[in-house]
Amino acid sequence: MSDFGQIGFTEEQIDMLNAAERFCREKSPMDKVRSLIEDEQGYDTDVWKEIYDLGWLGIAIPEEYGGVGLSMTEVVPVAEQMGRRMMHSPFMSTTLAAQAILAGGTEAQKSEILPQIARGAAATLALSEQNGDWELAHISAVATPDENGYRLSGTKTFVADLEAADWVIASVKIKDDVALAIIPTNSIPDGAIRREVVIDETKRSYELNLDDIVIGESDIMDVDKTDAALHHIHLAANLLIAAELTGAAQSCIDYTVEYLGTRKQFGKLIGAFQALKHPTVDAFVDYQKARSLLYTAAFNFGKQGEGEIATRMAKAKAEETLSFVADRSIQFHGGFGFTYDCDAQLYRRRAIFLASQYGDARYHKQKLADLLLKA
Amino acid sequence: MSAEIAEFAKDANAWFAENAPGPQDFMLPLTFMEVGTDQQFDFLRDWQRKVYEAGYLGAAWPKDYGGGGLSQAHQDAATKAMKAHHTPIMFNTIGLGWAGPLILDMGTEAHRKKYIKGILSGEDVWCQGFSEPENGSDLGNAQLRAVREGDEYVLNGSKIWTTHGHYAKYMILLARTDFDAPNKYAGLSFFLSPMKVPGIETHKIRKLTGEHGFTQTFFTDARIPADGLMGAEGAGWQVAMQTLMYERNAKGGQAGGYSITEIDPLEILDLARKAERGGKPVLDDPVIRERLVDFMIDAQGHRQSMARAKIPPLNQDCPQAIPLMAKLSMTEYAREINEFALSLQGTKGGYYVGEPNAVDDGYWHRHYLNAFSATIGGGTSQIQRNIIGEHALGLPKTR
Ligand SMILES: Cc1cc2nc3c(=O)[nH]c(=O)nc-3n(C[C@H](O)[C@H](O)[C@H](O)COP(=O)(O)OP(=O)(O)OC[C@H]3O[C@@H](n4cnc5c(N)ncnc54)[C@H](O)[C@@H]3O)c2cc1C
Repeated sequence: MSDFGQIGFTEEQIDMLNAAERFCREKSPMDKVRSLIEDEQGYDTDVWKEIYDLGWLGIAIPEEYGGVGLSMTEVVPVAEQMGRRMMHSPFMSTTLAAQAILAGGTEAQKSEILPQIARGAAATLALSEQNGDWELAHISAVATPDENGYRLSGTKTFVADLEAADWVIASVKIKDDVALAIIPTNSIPDGAIRREVVIDETKRSYELNLDDIVIGESDIMDVDKTDAALHHIHLAANLLIAAELTGAAQSCIDYTVEYLGTRKQFGKLIGAFQALKHPTVDAFVDYQKARSLLYTAAFNFGKQGEGEIATRMAKAKAEETLSFVADRSIQFHGGFGFTYDCDAQLYRRRAIFLASQYGDARYHKQKLADLLLKA
Repeated sequence: MSAEIAEFAKDANAWFAENAPGPQDFMLPLTFMEVGTDQQFDFLRDWQRKVYEAGYLGAAWPKDYGGGGLSQAHQDAATKAMKAHHTPIMFNTIGLGWAGPLILDMGTEAHRKKYIKGILSGEDVWCQGFSEPENGSDLGNAQLRAVREGDEYVLNGSKIWTTHGHYAKYMILLARTDFDAPNKYAGLSFFLSPMKVPGIETHKIRKLTGEHGFTQTFFTDARIPADGLMGAEGAGWQVAMQTLMYERNAKGGQAGGYSITEIDPLEILDLARKAERGGKPVLDDPVIRERLVDFMIDAQGHRQSMARAKIPPLNQDCPQAIPLMAKLSMTEYAREINEFALSLQGTKGGYYVGEPNAVDDGYWHRHYLNAFSATIGGGTSQIQRNIIGEHALGLPKTR
């Protein structure tokens, strides 16, 4: 088969995996996840502090900007373990914002913002709009030049963790071209932010009204790099989402297997019924493949060509896997599966939410078809 | 990869480029379970001997018994070269892949001396006598009777679906030596049995493709030497389970080469290019495109899983998961992609081998029907799911 990337690993990645496995297991038991759903902020401030004190926000930030100097390869196991334990924090959104600045920021922006992020300042991205389009260039928000720089207008949706962020990077149009604008969140007027109701209740997502926000000339990212930056953000986001989905698929399988091994009907443990056992095994086999594709994507992420193919494959497979196992998990829990108390709904909702972000499985397969199926 | 291996790989590639036989004027078997005519058999036996003599089969097996005395990495490089050059299969699979590693692992010195070389050269063809007419998936219930008399065992009963039964010189045989054992497993014993002795008879069975390929094997007061016993009397079940680990690729140690032709998703791309619908290539159809990509993702997921199995830190939660799923994942994929290949042929999907208008001489039809050999043989896909569920996931037993 032609080369879609070969799996590999780095020592640092394995260290991150082992550290993150323990950390997330200890800090994010399910009752904690449940209580944070009820909490407006949605994450534990102390845990967040520990995350950045561990240096995890700087994993993929070069040392010259105060980071650890590794890459997305080593971020993946952290995202995977957070996904596995449903641990929410501004980690994903901040990591992506840092990637955006690295890919498309000016030198001044990199040296100013990246070291602060590495030390624990949160940041986020504002790319989606009301049209619900996954093509990041298809937007209508605008930046109009005025005497102080630019005046923004339009509305952004699905801005993750905005309340925690010090900066939000928004895509806007300057005349006909898309540009990325770094908005310090302290310049956002009162009333411009509304928390959105999203299906994954562990997540925090906001609508941002850009009207009347004014930013300086120097807050616009390098316009020559916008396309490349958007492409990089798209892939980095899908890599992290694939990691979250894969981690969640693992724990959803564990959760389901646990019930199949304790609940009895007709005098038997229900896991002895093949109508339940075999689909659970199919999900497990899918999960193994999803995880292999994830680590293949992590290892090849920096490579032109293979990186994109591997990432799209990883996201598509991970999404389908979690969707399937969580769907079956609801069914296999019977009446309890229909309740709010059963964790199956958390996993099902997570799969739906993450499918909606940065392209679902079918979208990625179409992209893969264009890349791989030449006439 | 070390320089030594790289050099070996280079030589292997050159050798296979030079010596790979290419298409013949008769159908070459795509799997070892498909060998049905003497012409196919003779051809494959010659080819295996040639590869062995060149040093590209059994490269990692000990020199003392006829192997190459090199490392597994050497053999892997040779196997890779075979795949790259689309060579015919290594047909003596039951010897190369299952009986051989078993004999090397737990046979006596005498067993190794006697059997290993003939397995590699193809001189001694092996078959497997596990399944019986009444006991297939429930292998532990095998009833063929073996009674000790002096230095011999006397066999009575029947085995079925015996691949290569007609050609084999030896059989790995699961038989019942104790009918009063405390449970069905404890009464079983495992033998390396000769096939060409009085009282053993093979009857060819026609497969769904219309060809021959396996036999029913009858045992009537057949006498075999007692030194063919592998493991202790009554420990046959454990030996059989180890054999199945080799058979399902859940355990390494095989001589190398491949016994089933793999389908690369890119191969069916050509079908989709050529086939037309409404005057347009099928490859333009978004539904077909999505399915093709699904197969590519699945094939890549499978391959990278096999590679991940060799990276312990990425398998900490369940180290046996990938080895146990290998057979299910590979065989079901093969069945599905071959089936899909038929749907890419329009009206020509209705042809079969022998029809001059058939696409690729009916290769895909034959491959699809033959794909069931692997989803049924060696433990059905349903049994594989039971095993993965019970042994990897710890789900309650079905029985
Ligand atoms: C091409 C080919 C080559 C073969 N070569 C050999 C050989 O060389 N030597 C040899 O010994 N055998 C060989 N076999 C036999 C093979 O191992 C058996 O066919 C297989 O184990 C199934 O047994 P069976 O045919 O008796 O089917 P059965 O066991 O009767 O199964 C019938 C159906 O019931 C299902 N089933 C059975 N039990 C369960 C369960 N507990 N849970 C769920 N579903 C179940 C099966 O999946 C199958 O679909 C070969 C088979 C084929 C097709």
